[in-house]
Amino acid sequence: MHNLTIKQMSEKLQSGEITSVQLTQHYLDRISKYDGELNAYVTVTPELAMAMAEEADKKIAAGQAELLTGIPVAHKDIFCTDGVKTSCSSKMLDNFIAPYDAHVVTQLKKVGMPILGKTNMDEFAMGSSSESSYYGPTKNPWDHKAVPGGSSGGSAAVIAAGLAPMATGTDTGGSVRQPASFCGVTGIKPTYGSVSRFGIVAYASSFDQAGPMTRSAEDSAWLLNAMAGFDERDSTSLEREAVDYSAELTNSLKGLKVGVPAEYFGEGLDPEVEKIVRDAIAEVEKQGAEIVEVHLPNKDLAVPSYYVLAPAEASSNLSRFDGVRFGHRCEQPKDLQDLYMRSRSEGFGAEVKRRIMVGAYALSSGFYDAYYLKAQKLRRMVRDDFTKAFESCDVMMGPVAPTPAFNIGEKTDDPTSMYLADLYTIPVNLAGLPGISVPAGFVDDRPVGLHIVGPYFSEAKLLNIAFQYQQVTDWHTKTPAQYQ
Amino acid sequence: MSLGKTEVEYISRLAAIAVEEQEVDEVAGKLSNILDLFSQMEAVDTDGVKPMAHPLDQVQRLRPDVVTETNQREKLQSVAPATDQGLYLVPQVIE
Repeated sequence: MHNLTIKQMSEKLQSGEITSVQLTQHYLDRISKYDGELNAYVTVTPELAMAMAEEADKKIAAGQAELLTGIPVAHKDIFCTDGVKTSCSSKMLDNFIAPYDAHVVTQLKKVGMPILGKTNMDEFAMGSSSESSYYGPTKNPWDHKAVPGGSSGGSAAVIAAGLAPMATGTDTGGSVRQPASFCGVTGIKPTYGSVSRFGIVAYASSFDQAGPMTRSAEDSAWLLNAMAGFDERDSTSLEREAVDYSAELTNSLKGLKVGVPAEYFGEGLDPEVEKIVRDAIAEVEKQGAEIVEVHLPNKDLAVPSYYVLAPAEASSNLSRFDGVRFGHRCEQPKDLQDLYMRSRSEGFGAEVKRRIMVGAYALSSGFYDAYYLKAQKLRRMVRDDFTKAFESCDVMMGPVAPTPAFNIGEKTDDPTSMYLADLYTIPVNLAGLPGISVPAGFVDDRPVGLHIVGPYFSEAKLLNIAFQYQQVTDWHTKTPAQYQ
Repeated sequence: MSLGKTEVEYISRLAAIAVEEQEVDEVAGKLSNILDLFSQMEAVDTDGVKPMAHPLDQVQRLRPDVVTETNQREKLQSVAPATDQGLYLVPQVIE
């Protein structure tokens, strides 16, 4: 059942050939069988899932079903889920039962998508490997020695291993696209402000954006339809007419102008990854697209700018974890200051502490102009590069990450080397643009994604290109041998 | 840029995160590496560039001044480490 496309699942559910209860049970069985080793779920919610599946079956029987009614989903453990532990993979929130639903969770509940559980991630979404989780690293289903990427590594792994048909992720500096690339799944980060941040544990609010993680572009379009939309509870939610992200899927690619940024194929890019990406671009060219060279001259400014701004925002956002209202509290504090200092020191892991400290320093008196303000200026320069490049192309294509998945433990001692590996995804977050990772091949059994980036609000176009690419390739249909 | 013990203690206070004596060197080393990464920004000419706070340069949306939240004190306090009669408990602050 787990090898069906979402469209097939949906048709079988509507025709009564299968029920949501059967489908949900099938995934729960697979989770019990496989997740012990994979560690992709932080929490599995079988009772909630089955209760929701029964409700979904009633809805289908009553003829009130939507496309995704009855299809189970896994949420990254950053989405608050009423009555369910929402840990953000941190000791700080190990005891936190969310008292309300994130907007995305509410939306998918309304559709009737049973919640299988909450997926593992880098602590507070700060990382690119899912190794900084308090609950231990998630393994890459394609090779258990490799990381699944991060921070949405658990969500990518459950899709690749067939432990959920659909999953949610969040992308602050590449956290949907990079794990999608590492695990061979499709993942899209929409334009900043398209999906409400309400109830998503905040990391860097001017970057945080949720997106779907699925097998195919078609599946992603449907899930994004359910996730996106204006929400007044998010102050940066965009007030726009509802969009049908699946409307352009089958459009022809004839005449599409694809920009290839020369700077994305420079030093540091693994030659085998480069070959896969260039082959994928050639495939799109065969479908009628025209390839043009474009330039993003300030690309190298993106990583330092991001690692000032995101930690600065994090240091402010994470000040809420004070050991008073929720989360971890230290034993026997001697005074209020001691309560704050020790609760935070005990509750946060090393990388989270590092980013809070760096951010606090960047915002501190005497350094604000040199770090924070300077980084915001570079942010505009990076954004303006994209604006200019899109004058001569419709979308851009390049790599998602410079290498395939690296080994567990390979980069943990050197945080800055991990930061630098985000060089292709971060500029897109700085600019707030939509970007998608599409499975495009393998290097030694480890998947590699094609990165497609478009102007603001071009999600439907990105999904259209990914869909057409997936009509002539089968990378997105592959499953690791042991999970078939 | 290389941070010393004094700077680490200062940052620890700013961030309200305790740093144990034996961790100071490691924290100083890793933070210094990150600040080295930032120093790449110095050489860039940003004269006349406006700082960018929002990708679409949007301004904050206003809403009518009406109550939208309902009182959920019990539910929200159910996840607190220590409460009493609807109040959050902390160590004594005033002698």
